[in-house]
Amino acid sequence: MLEVFIFATLNGLVMGLLLFMMASGLTLIFSMMGVLNFAHASFYMLGAYFAYSISLRTGFWMGLLIAPVIVGILGALIERYGLRRVHQSGHVAELVFTFGLAFLIEESVQFFWGRDTKPYRQPEALSDPLFTLFGQDFPEYRAFMIFISIAIFIALYRVLTRSRVGIIIQAAITHPKTVSNLGHNVPLIFMGVFGVGTALAGLAGVIAGPILTTFPGMAVVMGSIVFVIVVIGGLGSLTGAFIASLLIGLLQSYAIASDVGMPDLLNLLGLEFDQGHPLKDLWTLTLPQIAPILPFLLLVLVLIFRPTGLMGKREE
Amino acid sequence: MMDKLKKFSIWIALLALLMLLPQLFDSILAISILNQMTIAIVFALSYNMLLGQGGMLSFGHAVYFGLGGFMAVHALIMIEFETMYFSVVLIPLIGGLFGLLAALFIGTFSTHKAGTVFAMISLGIGELIAASSLIFVSFFGGEGGISGARDFGPLFFGMDFGPSIEVYYLAASWVFIAIIFMYLFTQTPAGRMANAVRDNPERAEFIGYSARRVRFISFCASGLFAGIAGGLYALNYEIVTEESLNAATSGRVLLMAYIGGLGYFIGPIIGAVVLTLMNSLLSNYSELWMLYLGIMFVLTVMFLPRGFAGFIMMHQLAWVRGRLKNLLLPYAITGIPAVIFILSCIAIVEMSYIEEEVLHYLGLPLNPSSIVTWLLTITIASVSFYAVRKSLTQLRTAWNHANSIEDGEES
Repeated sequence: MLEVFIFATLNGLVMGLLLFMMASGLTLIFSMMGVLNFAHASFYMLGAYFAYSISLRTGFWMGLLIAPVIVGILGALIERYGLRRVHQSGHVAELVFTFGLAFLIEESVQFFWGRDTKPYRQPEALSDPLFTLFGQDFPEYRAFMIFISIAIFIALYRVLTRSRVGIIIQAAITHPKTVSNLGHNVPLIFMGVFGVGTALAGLAGVIAGPILTTFPGMAVVMGSIVFVIVVIGGLGSLTGAFIASLLIGLLQSYAIASDVGMPDLLNLLGLEFDQGHPLKDLWTLTLPQIAPILPFLLLVLVLIFRPTGLMGKREE
Repeated sequence: MMDKLKKFSIWIALLALLMLLPQLFDSILAISILNQMTIAIVFALSYNMLLGQGGMLSFGHAVYFGLGGFMAVHALIMIEFETMYFSVVLIPLIGGLFGLLAALFIGTFSTHKAGTVFAMISLGIGELIAASSLIFVSFFGGEGGISGARDFGPLFFGMDFGPSIEVYYLAASWVFIAIIFMYLFTQTPAGRMANAVRDNPERAEFIGYSARRVRFISFCASGLFAGIAGGLYALNYEIVTEESLNAATSGRVLLMAYIGGLGYFIGPIIGAVVLTLMNSLLSNYSELWMLYLGIMFVLTVMFLPRGFAGFIMMHQLAWVRGRLKNLLLPYAITGIPAVIFILSCIAIVEMSYIEEEVLHYLGLPLNPSSIVTWLLTITIASVSFYAVRKSLTQLRTAWNHANSIEDGEES
C-alpha cells in the first residue's frame, strides 16, 4: 500500500510539474493578451518533434537546448504576423484563430514527420534507475524531469519578480497604455512573452516526448488538460496554475493507482445490484476508469461554483 | 402583395432546389454527399444560433448532436423490436427533443456568462461526455458505437427508407423545416434579444432583460436543432459512435460556421456545403486535404473575419450602385495569378509528399525526382506571387473607387 502511494505521489509530481511548465506559459500569455492560446499544446508537440529530429543527428542534449529556441521563435513569428492581425477582429476571432492554428500544426506535423509514433528516446546517461524502493525502480530520467521543471519555475519566478524585464512585463499586464507612454515597446513585450511562453511549452515537449511517446495526437491529449489547469487555477494567476497543476497531476496519478470503485462503495453500504440492471455500468465504475475525466469534472464544478478559479481575481 | 411574393419566393426556390438536386446529380456518390450536406447544414445553422446570433463560443456543440444521434438510434432499435410503434419519419424529432433536454439541463449552469467562461464550460462538458461515452457501454456502445436499421416500422406513403434517395427526400424535408424555423427564430423577440445580449449584455440588462435567460433560450433552441441534425445523422448512417460527440466533431462545426461566415444566416449553409464538398471530393484526390483545410481556415480567420458570406456581402454597396462590373477586370488581373500561385504551391506540397515516381496533377505528369520540375514549379509560384503583389494596388484603387460616395453621383 505504502509503495503504491509513494510511487503514485512521485509520478503525480512529475506529471504535475510538467503540466505546470506548459500552464505557466499559457497563463502568462492569457494575462497579457487576454486570449487563451488553444494551440499551446501544439507548441509542446512541436518541441518534442524538433527535439527528436535534432537528437537523431547530435543526440538528446543538443535537442534539449535548440528545440525550445526554435519553437519560441516560431511562436513569436506567429504572434507577430498572425495573432496581431486577428486581434482587430475581437476576442472570439483570436480564440478561433488559435484553434485553427492547433488544427494546422497537427496536420503539418503529420505532413513533415508522418502519422506513426517516433522512437524518441531518453539519453543513455539517464536511463538507469535512480533508486529502488520496495523492489520498484524510480528512473533517473523522471528525477531529471522534476529537476528541470523546478529549475524553470524558480528561474521564471525570479525573472518576473526580481528583474527589470519582469517588472516591465508585470506592469504591461495591468497598465499597457502607461507602460507604452513610458517609452517601452509594448507590442514587442507581447511578442517576447508569447515567444517565451511557447518556448516553455516546447521545452515541456522535449522532456516529455521520451516518456509520453511522440505521436501526432500528443497535443490533443495534453491540450485540454492544460486548459483545465489554467482555468481551475484562475486565469492569469501563476500561483494558481502551480497549485492546480500539482493537484491535477496527483489526482490523476492517485486515481489510476487506486483500485477502489463503486462496487466497494456499494459493499460498504450493504447494497447489491444484479448484473442485468440497466444502470449496471454505473454500479461497476472504478476510480482508474474515470481518471481521465476527473480533470474535466473538476473544471465544470469549479466554473459553476467559482468561475474565477482558485486564485483568480474577481472579474470586472 | 408583391412584397409577400418576394418574401416567399426565396423559400419556394429553396424547396425547389432541395427537391431538384438529386435529379441533377443522381449518382450514388452524389446522393451520399447530398445526405451529408443536409446534416451539416442543420448542424452548422444550429451552431450559428449560439455563436453568430448569441455570441456564445462553444467548443462542445457535438454533445447535443451526438446525444440526439444516440437517442435516435435507440429509437430505431425500439421500432425494430416493436417496443414502440411509429414512423421512422419522426426520428429526427426524437433526436431533437433529446438534444433539447440535454441543453435544458446543461444550459442552467453554463449560460451564466458568455465569453471565455462559457467556452471553457462547453469544452469541459464536451470532454466529459465524450469520455463517459466510452465508459457507459450499455447506452453508448463503447468503441463500436450503436447501430440500428431504418427500414422498420409503418410505411410512409409506401416508402420504407431503405434506399438512400428516399432518405435524402426525408432529410431534405427536415432541413427545409429546420431552416424555416431557425430563420423565424431570428425574427422573434427572443432572437432579436439574443443579438442585443451578444453585442452589449449590460445594456440589455438595463432595459430589463435577463441576459442569462436570453442566452438560455438561444442555447436550448440551438440544442434542439443540433439534436435534429444528430437524428438525421442516425437515419443516414444507421450507426452512431463516440466520434459523433467528441471534440473533433465540435471543431468541425466551428470550422463550417466560421468559414461560411458568422452572423449571416446564409453563412453556415455556405460553410456546410463547401466543407462537405471538400471532405468528400478532395479526399479522393489527396491525402493532405486536412492540411489544406487547416490552411484555408487560418487564412479565412486572418483575412476574411466574416467568412465567405461576409466576403459576398462586402460587394453589396458596389452592387447597389451598379459598379460591380468595374471590379471584374481588377479581380481577374489579381485573381488569375493568385489561382496559379495557389495551384503551384499545392503542386510543391504534393510533390514533396508522394512516394510514387510520377505525380498526375491537373492532367500534367510531374516528376518529383527531377530538379527541372522543381525549379519550374517554384519559378511559376514566385512569378505569380509577384504578379499578385504588384496587382494588389490597382485592385485596392478599384475597390475604393467602386465604394466611394463622391465622384459625381447623386446619393
